[in-house]
Amino acid sequence: MTWELLLVQSLNGLQYGVLLFLLAAGLTLVLGIMNFVNLAHASLYMMGAYLGAAAFAKTGSFLVAGAAAVLGTLAIGLIVERTTLLAFYARDHLDQVLATFGLILFFNELVRVIWGAQSVYMRPPQGFTGTVDLLGATYPSYRFLVIVAGLAVALALYVLIHHTRVGMLIRAGASNPRMVSVLGVNIRLLNSLLFGLSAALAGLSGLMAAPILAVQPGMGDNVLIVVLVVIVIGGIGSIRGAFFGALIVGVVDTVGRTYLPLILRQVAERSVADAAGPALASMLIFIFMAAVLALRPQGLFPARR
Amino acid sequence: MMVRSKLFGFIAAVALATSAAAQQPLKIGFIGELSGPQGALGQDQYDAFMLVVERNGGKLGGVPMEIIKEDTQLKPEVANQVIDKLIEKDKVPIIAGVTFSNVFMAVYKKVVDSKVFIISSNAGPSPIAGAQCSPYAFLVNNQNDERAEVVGKYAADKGYKRVYAMAPNYQAGKDFIAGFKRFYKQPLIEEVYTPLNQLDFQAELAQLAAAKPDAVYAFYPGGLGIQFVRQWRQSGLADKLPLLTSSTVDGITLPALQEAALGVIHGSPWSPELDFPENRRFVAEFEKKYNRVPSEYAATSYDSALLLDSAIAKVKGNVANKEAFRAALKAADFRSVRGKFRFNHNQAPIQDFYAFVVVKNPQGRYTYQELAKPLPDHADSYASQCPMK
Amino acid sequence: MVFPEQVDWRSARAITATIVLAVLALVPVVAIALDQAFYITLAARIVIFALGACALNLVLGYGGLVSFGHALYVGLGAYAVGIMAFHGMTNGWLHLAVTLALCGVIGWITGLICLRCQGIGFIMITLAFAQMFYFLGVSLKQYGGDDGMQVASRSDFAPLSIEGNAALYYFALALLFATLYLSWRLVHARFGRVLRAAKSNARRMRVLGFPILRYQVTAYVVSGCLCGIAGLLLANLTRFASPAYAYWTVSGDLVVMVMLGGIATVVGPVIGAAVYVILETVVAGYTEHWMIITGPVIVLIALLARRGLYGFVLR
Repeated sequence: MTWELLLVQSLNGLQYGVLLFLLAAGLTLVLGIMNFVNLAHASLYMMGAYLGAAAFAKTGSFLVAGAAAVLGTLAIGLIVERTTLLAFYARDHLDQVLATFGLILFFNELVRVIWGAQSVYMRPPQGFTGTVDLLGATYPSYRFLVIVAGLAVALALYVLIHHTRVGMLIRAGASNPRMVSVLGVNIRLLNSLLFGLSAALAGLSGLMAAPILAVQPGMGDNVLIVVLVVIVIGGIGSIRGAFFGALIVGVVDTVGRTYLPLILRQVAERSVADAAGPALASMLIFIFMAAVLALRPQGLFPARR
Repeated sequence: MMVRSKLFGFIAAVALATSAAAQQPLKIGFIGELSGPQGALGQDQYDAFMLVVERNGGKLGGVPMEIIKEDTQLKPEVANQVIDKLIEKDKVPIIAGVTFSNVFMAVYKKVVDSKVFIISSNAGPSPIAGAQCSPYAFLVNNQNDERAEVVGKYAADKGYKRVYAMAPNYQAGKDFIAGFKRFYKQPLIEEVYTPLNQLDFQAELAQLAAAKPDAVYAFYPGGLGIQFVRQWRQSGLADKLPLLTSSTVDGITLPALQEAALGVIHGSPWSPELDFPENRRFVAEFEKKYNRVPSEYAATSYDSALLLDSAIAKVKGNVANKEAFRAALKAADFRSVRGKFRFNHNQAPIQDFYAFVVVKNPQGRYTYQELAKPLPDHADSYASQCPMK
Repeated sequence: MVFPEQVDWRSARAITATIVLAVLALVPVVAIALDQAFYITLAARIVIFALGACALNLVLGYGGLVSFGHALYVGLGAYAVGIMAFHGMTNGWLHLAVTLALCGVIGWITGLICLRCQGIGFIMITLAFAQMFYFLGVSLKQYGGDDGMQVASRSDFAPLSIEGNAALYYFALALLFATLYLSWRLVHARFGRVLRAAKSNARRMRVLGFPILRYQVTAYVVSGCLCGIAGLLLANLTRFASPAYAYWTVSGDLVVMVMLGGIATVVGPVIGAAVYVILETVVAGYTEHWMIITGPVIVLIALLARRGLYGFVLR
């Protein structure tokens, strides 16, 4: 295997990881700070993709699509939070799971009604339909854009969390929510802000994934599981954990998908190896998570308590 | 006179009774992938089928139709449930549509064991053309391999030496690559099968580039094709290598791909440009009614509706007489959009296959130009395994 | 004693339970009389999923352990039938024995591992094991991979035959009744009482000297075995075994059924399963977009009927 190939596969893993991070960051904050299991996060991702694709088809401008996706999901997230989810904050996780599961069904059907059951396709923005040369390897420029944009957002989140007052409140809320509200901070406002941020990040992830994957009803359901794995590995409530967890999962899955079949072909028949390879690579993530849960149940980079 | 009036009355009653019997709506179950990335294929099949039904005033063969549409969602376990419902609850005698081969294989045994006719206008898995053929199964499109066989013959004729092949990992994917190899007659430098629901080919394209082939053969139907060809173009390989395909750039994906598909080679028994009278009529009517150019999935579905139209008329609506209905279907007495069309003894077609290239025509539309006809009057390679007469 | 507690046969609870069970028993008779044999298949699905939901209820409802991985056992049962039938072993009793053994062993091992975690960790790790089995199924191309495998004929439970749908239905119903009775007795026995006490306050129970883990693992194993039986029946009903039977959304469906019906009630999961399958199948026949109504309905049920539909009746 050439170094060039390894580099390209690693970049692919990085790109997948970055998309996972955008989803995981929001979900881990909501779970860790608000102690709220939000399965409907998958629906926000899906809505981001649909709104972005629709705006892009209408205007041809990726920036407009981006705004539509982010602001749109922010709005949807806040509306859903105020009307429905508020009633479930005090309930136990099981009720939250049931309610947000119902929301997933609703949103999946909603997009089917509005946009139809078939997939919607979105092209990459003008100027990013070609390739770039990176250290001798050619790599699609749009995917490179995704990596750069994702890392930029990660950096911005880091600055927000560690160098602003709001970030300080969020970190405090992650460690001790009760204390924060006792100290007079408007917890309800903070929660709404947090939920909005989480929704916007999910929407952004959906938009960026849209040119790469197919925009279709239920597109978030499979990703949701991987995102849950990421936050368990990283540590619930921890942005840093979400970041590293996402990168680990992204790289392991992508590199595993390519190299496992090659390794397996040495020991098994070709079509068996080609079917088993990606399946085992996907299993790898779960095995890794199980190991983390067994040895370090609070995650690799837990939010400091 | 009294006798004459009684006779008239008798004749009138019989006429009324038979016409009443003929007027019971005949139920046809239409199954297909109607959602997800492959939803556009099933939808084209359905729209083309209904074009014929509605043009005839809701009838096929003079019999009023009740078309029960069901989405199999590209999931074999869902397809099983759908077929159970169609056969046991709705009691349909005929099933049409059938988009994907893995779904077809999952429900096949149940359908033919229940003596229900299944007229597939897209899927054509090799076991059904070969060893597991049944008098109740008709393949109206082609046996899967054939679209690949024509491209393999084209590649052999062009003298490519290092061919790299990619397809999804399911029955049709394997059939297509096997078909390509059968007529290319040389070993491939690599065969890659990706999971059926994998939409991101970046990793595989990187490996492909590293292997330095001189031509690439790919089979990625529907939404997979859109993703594959787009990513192929984005990876920069499109300028360096010829891309030979089957069912990857077709009427469904071309409108989405546009200039990304230029120059791609496409093996098929049909294109909207073929100059047969029924084809010209079909393309014009489809475009007028649905505001889009029909794909080959629509074309073969249209043919299957015409087939049913002629066969049901031949048995005067009495599809319960299975022997007679089968014979009527086998006669294939209709004008196909593909020109010549007849069934082989295994109830799969014998037809011409072409190699097309994607071009932009003077009107600015992306379409196909015929490059060659490598396999005229071609029968599938599994017919000899079918014991039927 | 047949009944572990004094049953007030005139209470709303007893009447509802009796009606539900009686309706289930009469379905094939009515369906055949109306020449709608298809509904036997539908009802069989309900009964099979009810069995799975009752199994899950043991750990989820009574034990307070939120398992999102019970689809693993459904998959195990289905593939036990599928693979054995593929290799020519069609004896139903053998299928049953293998299913129980397999689910028992795997339930015990995974139970011990999973119960080391709590809260979200437990949910995720149970889910992980189910997904691992799903991917294993997908990778086994010789057994169909993700296209699944046909089961040529139904399990042979000589002297009984389940080839006919009505026969299969009554067989499944008998197993469901047995499961309900087993649940009822377990829950009211000392075992069940310890389990429920551990659900409300595990720390206190430990301090009192109860080996909680042993009780929880046992409940988990029993629950897994019963779910495996549901898988065996499902493979027989559909004559098909697929990795999709072990996908996490099936676990989710079971959880929803338990919650819809009523946690920690014996008959609740049956009602939950019936409502869910009927919504999915029958309502879907009327309108393509049924989920736009079902979604909010589930949210409302979660909000208002705190103890599920059956719990609603109980109040």
